[in-house]
Amino acid sequence: MRAFLVLVRAGFTRYAAYRTASVAGALTNTVFGVVKASITIAAIAAAGGAIAGYDAQQGATYSWLCQSLVATVGLFGWRELADRIRTGDIAVDLARPLDLQLSGLASDLGRGAYMLLPRGLPPLLVGFAFFGVALPREPLPYLLAALSIPMAVAISYACRFAVNLTAFWLMDVRGTLTLYVVASNVLSGLIVPVAWFPGWMSTIAHATPFPSMLQVPVDVLSGRVHGWAAVELLVVQAAWLAATLLLGRVVLARATRKLVVQGG
Amino acid sequence: MADLLRDLPAYRVLLGSRLASQTAYRTSFALDLLGQLGLALLELSEIYVVFHNVDALGGLAFGPALLVFALANVSWSIADTVVGHLDTLPSYIRTGTLDAMLLRPLPALAQLVTSDLSLRRLARTAMGVVVLVVALPIAIDDWTPAKVVLLVITPVTGAAIFAALFVGAAGAQFWLVDGGEMTNAFTYGSSYVSSYPTSVLHSVARVFFTFVVPAAFVSYLPTLVLTDQAGPPGLPAWLGWFTPVMAALAWAAALLWWRFGLRHYTGAGG
Repeated sequence: MRAFLVLVRAGFTRYAAYRTASVAGALTNTVFGVVKASITIAAIAAAGGAIAGYDAQQGATYSWLCQSLVATVGLFGWRELADRIRTGDIAVDLARPLDLQLSGLASDLGRGAYMLLPRGLPPLLVGFAFFGVALPREPLPYLLAALSIPMAVAISYACRFAVNLTAFWLMDVRGTLTLYVVASNVLSGLIVPVAWFPGWMSTIAHATPFPSMLQVPVDVLSGRVHGWAAVELLVVQAAWLAATLLLGRVVLARATRKLVVQGG
Repeated sequence: MADLLRDLPAYRVLLGSRLASQTAYRTSFALDLLGQLGLALLELSEIYVVFHNVDALGGLAFGPALLVFALANVSWSIADTVVGHLDTLPSYIRTGTLDAMLLRPLPALAQLVTSDLSLRRLARTAMGVVVLVVALPIAIDDWTPAKVVLLVITPVTGAAIFAALFVGAAGAQFWLVDGGEMTNAFTYGSSYVSSYPTSVLHSVARVFFTFVVPAAFVSYLPTLVLTDQAGPPGLPAWLGWFTPVMAALAWAAALLWWRFGLRHYTGAGG
């Protein structure tokens, strides 16, 4: 457990070193937020004031919370592990007395925690200033979000871990990663809220862990889903977290059986 | 020009070898193409879901909105295929590749542009053309010769505008050390903006993405002309005819900015 916390800290400090990169990322998240919130508000206005229970203010709040959480959750792809597999450095990682999956999870949680402020706050402030963003005034949604957001980061990490492992079988994982980013961006609710999907698309989305990565923490944090309904969402998240971590372990076990270390 | 003609066979061999290298790993290349198609479908799914819930967005019905999306997508994918790799300039600076290019008797920008032609990105152009062909009959009722001319020049000038943004963004990399992503807000951001009716934007953003970064000229304004619409306050449809002018202005600004940046560059050291 202590090693886990040390790795969380290390993940945090590692990203804290790149300040300009954070500013750059925040700017990009904000510009995309302006466009997304504009589309959401225009669509809600065109629909006569509400779509699937989102009025203009809830729609804007949804868009901006997505923009401020997207870097923390890490929905834009990650190929560090795949690169280490391609170069063979993975052999060194596997020889360490640390669990590959859990140590990676620790540093990813640290990364996510760092991203919350420098990349999360600027988009939210622009949202407050120019688009009616509204956050709940009671403490409960924030407490639930404090559980939901780390779980979302962990589910996202567990999936990225499993997808990166395909590098053991494929020389170049660029295509696989792009497809993963596409699926996660659509089905997590980043592009448009999952509640807006036509029936068949929403069925597909709810059969995947993706809504638990973004739609759920945003709904919990904004107070759109509250009380027991929110607790139910957290239970669903916990189940997806267990399932995706297990998936990663199974794939890793199969991959390491295949691993041939070259050179001496 | 004579130099360029003399070097042409060499360029052809160079580009040929690059294309061959990209198709060497067949499974990866196929997955890569699939990934690019997926990216196009990702953007399309947003339009699909929005119009599943509404009949019009920013004053445009489904047909015209799809036309805006298709024109933006074709322009963007052409620009991305030809100059999209300019956003890897920071790694060329870090590894010293740029320094080697500066020693050669060819303009650095020309060498950079020909350094990597991404075949996989053409998958998106194909996708954009398919959507365009579907959108045209839904969006346009009566054709005139003028509209045909506009339809032909729009993707070309749109691609030129995006390419100018890439060049401008690359020029900024000489200053931004680990903030390379800063320019994504303008390149990828304007690609996203241009896929939607500019009329949905907040007024400040609307002016910015029309007259500072000319994203509205890529597809929204020409679509207003093509579909006989007046346009929202402050964005009259006749502006749609000025896309070539905006492309020329964007290129002039981008080249000046690139030269300014290059003069500032003092090498990777070592």
